[in-house]
Amino acid sequence: MTNILSVNTVRFVVLLLLQVLIFSNINFLGYINPHVYILFILLFPVKNNRMTIIFLSFLIGLSIDMFLDTGGINAGASVLIAYIRPAALKFSFGALYDHQSINFNTTELGQNITYISILTVIHHFTYFTLETFNFSKILLILQNTLYSSIFTILLCVLITIIFSRKKKK
Amino acid sequence: MQQIVNFIIRNKSFLLFLLLFLVSLGFTIQSHSFHKSKFINSANFLTGGVFNMSNTVSDYFGLKKQNKLLQEENNTLKSLLYNVKTENDTAFIDSTRFNKPYRFIPGQIIRNSYSKTNNVILINKGKNDSLKQDFGVITSKGILGIVDKTSADNATVLSVLNTTTRISAQLKKTNHFGTISWDAKSPKYIQLTEIPQIAPVVIGDTIITSGRSAIFPKGVPVGTVAKFNLDTAENYYEITVKLFNDMTNLEHVYVIENTNKNILKNLLNRND
Repeated sequence: MTNILSVNTVRFVVLLLLQVLIFSNINFLGYINPHVYILFILLFPVKNNRMTIIFLSFLIGLSIDMFLDTGGINAGASVLIAYIRPAALKFSFGALYDHQSINFNTTELGQNITYISILTVIHHFTYFTLETFNFSKILLILQNTLYSSIFTILLCVLITIIFSRKKKK
Repeated sequence: MQQIVNFIIRNKSFLLFLLLFLVSLGFTIQSHSFHKSKFINSANFLTGGVFNMSNTVSDYFGLKKQNKLLQEENNTLKSLLYNVKTENDTAFIDSTRFNKPYRFIPGQIIRNSYSKTNNVILINKGKNDSLKQDFGVITSKGILGIVDKTSADNATVLSVLNTTTRISAQLKKTNHFGTISWDAKSPKYIQLTEIPQIAPVVIGDTIITSGRSAIFPKGVPVGTVAKFNLDTAENYYEITVKLFNDMTNLEHVYVIENTNKNILKNLLNRND
């Protein structure tokens, strides 16, 4: 239990700092930035209370908003994906989720990518809708969502592969 | 009563989600109205400290370019000093022309932002340097934005690249004035609207601030006309202005305080 707590605390702080100091300043092709901090929400232990993750995702979103002066955009999008996470888990992992035995280190890569992609696209769509706050600019929203999602998914998958601790055989 | 409690317990995660989502929606709406974001801004001790720290490192990467910019500015100032009669460069701010009511405070950007729809810049001057809301911010090349929130050592600046910012501007050669806004498409161009159709607009014309608000003095360079066409009612021009500033590469800024602001405000209020 202490281990889970400390791992997630470290993850929270490290991802927050990485996001505001590095990932939000990449500006690839002028405006494309990945939102890697959602890895905190994606990789949060499945067995834990649903209320906890919703609250914690609000917290990390709000901290990022505070750093980047974005109002409540990150907080809103994060809370939304935290709330619908069980549905995405069920869709991408199926039986494993029913048995409450998902461990992101041991799941298959394909399933992981599906899971990350679903939540990333939903997060980014909400994010850019709230940022633009104008449905007549739907094309701009969709374009931003597409490009940033690709960037985020790529980085998230890479990070999960690099830092996954496969059990020694 | 029992049923209500049961309902709350059954749907507690949904209710928590709804509550937090509405709170963040509230913050978002607040941030979309000018000068309204109250709690969530980066001009506080913690975020200012973190960005200050990261800036001490990242400063070094732009030293060469920034030195060159400062040298260019020095050059223009020197040439003005030694040839008093020279015609002013368009990309140059002559503080002597503003005759005294304006005070300049030099500062540095510690977090720049230009890729969002509402860009906010963080600078390393705050209340301790007597910064307040609605002070203008410029660079050696031209206009940058307006001070929004201040803490002891930091302040947030609403950049011209912010869809809520409105600044009064005019043509340099005549006094036809309009309003600057941004359509969130490119950090190189901003839009100037409400210039009457009678104004003689030509591509390449210089746009300066009009000095009609108490924030900027008259004559701060903004940019040049890149494209213009009439609006649908054919009464006003919609002008695309190419900024003098490269908004993606900024470091040194000057905050402008208008010491006559309160007098002007009182005067205007009396007329209402």
